[in-house]
Amino acid sequence: MDFGNILALAFGEMISPTTAAYALAALGLAVHFGYSGLLNFGQAGFMAVGAYGYAISTLTFDAPLPVAVLVALIASVLFALILGIPTLRLRADYLAIVTIAAAEIVRYIVTTNGLTDVTGSANGLANFENGFFALNPLAPGSYTVGPISMNERDLWIRIVGWTIVILACLTVWLLMRSPWGRVLKGIREDENAVRALGKNVYAYKMQALVIGGLLGSLAGMIFTLPRGAVQPANYATELTFFLYTCLLLGGMATVLGPVIGAMIFWVVLSLTQGLLYGAIEIGAITFLSNVQAGQLRYILVGVALMLLMVFRPQGVLGNKKELAFA
Amino acid sequence: MITRPTPAWIRRLLVFATGLIAVLMLGAPAAQGYHPGPPATAPSALVSSSLPAGEVVTQEFSDRISGVLRNADGPLPDVTISVSGNGFDGETTSAANGSWSVGVPEQGAYEVTLDVDTLPEGAALAEGQANPRTVTFAGTSNVTTLFLFGEGIVTNTTSFWDTLAERALAGLSFGLLLALSAVGLSLIFGTTGLTNFAHGEMVTFGAVVAFGFAALGLPIFVAIPLAVVAGALLGWVQDAGLWKPLRRRGTGLVPMMIVSIGLALALRYIIQFNFGGATQQLPGAQSARLDFGPVSISQNNLNSLVVSLVVILLVGFLLLRTRIGKATRAVSDNPALAAASGIDVDRVIRIVWMVGGALAALGGILWAYYRPGVSFNMGQQILLLIFAGVVLGGLGTVFGALIGSIIVGLFVEISTIWLEADLKYVGALLIMILVLLFRPQGILGRRERVG
Repeated sequence: MDFGNILALAFGEMISPTTAAYALAALGLAVHFGYSGLLNFGQAGFMAVGAYGYAISTLTFDAPLPVAVLVALIASVLFALILGIPTLRLRADYLAIVTIAAAEIVRYIVTTNGLTDVTGSANGLANFENGFFALNPLAPGSYTVGPISMNERDLWIRIVGWTIVILACLTVWLLMRSPWGRVLKGIREDENAVRALGKNVYAYKMQALVIGGLLGSLAGMIFTLPRGAVQPANYATELTFFLYTCLLLGGMATVLGPVIGAMIFWVVLSLTQGLLYGAIEIGAITFLSNVQAGQLRYILVGVALMLLMVFRPQGVLGNKKELAFA
Repeated sequence: MITRPTPAWIRRLLVFATGLIAVLMLGAPAAQGYHPGPPATAPSALVSSSLPAGEVVTQEFSDRISGVLRNADGPLPDVTISVSGNGFDGETTSAANGSWSVGVPEQGAYEVTLDVDTLPEGAALAEGQANPRTVTFAGTSNVTTLFLFGEGIVTNTTSFWDTLAERALAGLSFGLLLALSAVGLSLIFGTTGLTNFAHGEMVTFGAVVAFGFAALGLPIFVAIPLAVVAGALLGWVQDAGLWKPLRRRGTGLVPMMIVSIGLALALRYIIQFNFGGATQQLPGAQSARLDFGPVSISQNNLNSLVVSLVVILLVGFLLLRTRIGKATRAVSDNPALAAASGIDVDRVIRIVWMVGGALAALGGILWAYYRPGVSFNMGQQILLLIFAGVVLGGLGTVFGALIGSIIVGLFVEISTIWLEADLKYVGALLIMILVLLFRPQGILGRRERVG
């Protein structure tokens, strides 16, 4: 078992574009759930809208990169509006069910055979990332970041991904310390009190839903670009649940919490995978197959989510007074 | 919320965890011997492997193009399919179950041609199906392409009303099996306020345990009651080990909902860990079709319809006519008042969890016959439809859940007349969202419970 290699892989996972995408999507959930108290279980749907919006406008309409990104963002705003109009007046548990249903509707629609020409059905779409990598200013070659090395494409997507994460964190931080953010937190604590102060609660909630959804749609694009493919199976409800695990790990009403939560989530997954596979390889564990070891890690994710929620709902960074459900 | 972990609480949690794992490991020992099948979508890999069960895999190359040929009458065997591109030419014929697979040396674009002359009598490609067609790999080692078949030369003589009646009958059967799970979910919501996202796994659990007992050699009519008892046991273990301590601590409803999501994930992967990612069949999954005048229904669907109807009527009778049923309705209405009038609220909730678990297990077994097949994520597939049924009828009302589920079942099946089959769940979910828009309390919900 090569511990150096396992640690290097874990570090690579920490700065991977997938982790950046999870951090960004979880930040969106922090805006929804942590700051506004909106129990959005459809973040996977927002990510799918972003990824498919980008891929379809690139492939079907030959749109250049900025237009494709814009289309994806507009699509997610529309999705937020469509979702928000019927649901924002509902109680938390109804909202959860409706948002999860809406995300599944998106997934069913992009999977259907009738739209294979546009969405690629269950196989998804591919070969839409060239426009993004054409912008790469880095010279071809091998780059070393800490213990791992990568080519110029990998480094480029990481730079872009994490820059967006940092900018998004700054934006959310500024928004939440503004008067607008204070109203939002007020809505989370007591909706009726804020309404009594003359604020339009519905409009604030809608704005929060749109902003979190935009972050989700950006995350969807960062998630899908390094893969060079977008497939509907990636955007199932489990994605949303993993994002909630990240959010709760870090702290739901914090700016850095979702980012740190996503990093911890992927590092722990990578470490347990490395250790389990290593132990299987040297024969220390004989009762597991590699496939089962993979499943064991997700059993642990589920158990971790339960234990977190019960014993430390504020996460690593959070403040217990700032829980959406005190 | 008080975070003071007492020894009793930790003890309970340990009992719960070990009990859970023990039950599951006992529940599916037979599945261990089976081939694990295709690795199910592990979220880290995030690759969709849509391998149909029982596919013949040519292991010559690691990348392959595959698909299944079926038309309305069933699989189409012995059809020649050729693949060419990237300097490679390959040919295969479809197996008895209609599946075919061609290994290719590298990823890229290939031209896939179906030899129309080898199609069996009466089968023809549907209109607009490209043949030959170009198939491109999208980062995965397997790419599927489906040839859709039309009615072919066989003229379609069934009238619209016959189709409608047949779909409605199937929808009734589907709706009633959904209602089994939905009634349990609704009872649990009514008495505890919990929106239980782990209900889908309780559905899967029933089917998996029934499969386990059947694979041990028990006859199916013994295995099914045992699985239902195991489902009740799972409900009891969940309540005693997890939900009751959480209620004691005064945990809010939203945290409990998120805990149930964690439980759903854990249970789903524990089941997959033991059962594998493949789809298995319960004994008697294939059954004859019975004709009743204009409509026909498979024997299994008819049995499922009768069983769920009888069980739901029984539950309804118990709720309306017995002391414990009355107590349950009292707790649903107002737990504090019920406790003050001498009802043992914890006992009622415990019984509700057991009934809910048993109903979910039975629903899962019937769902396994309806799909057909047992797989680790079968419960997750209908969880939202169960929710839709419950929400349509009004959260917390049992008869609402019954009516809501029947509407969902009918809608799902009847919509296949116009919609593509892979979109049939979309309609039901849309209806749920629309009902919430105009009547948030559901069809039978009480007015004051506005969502």
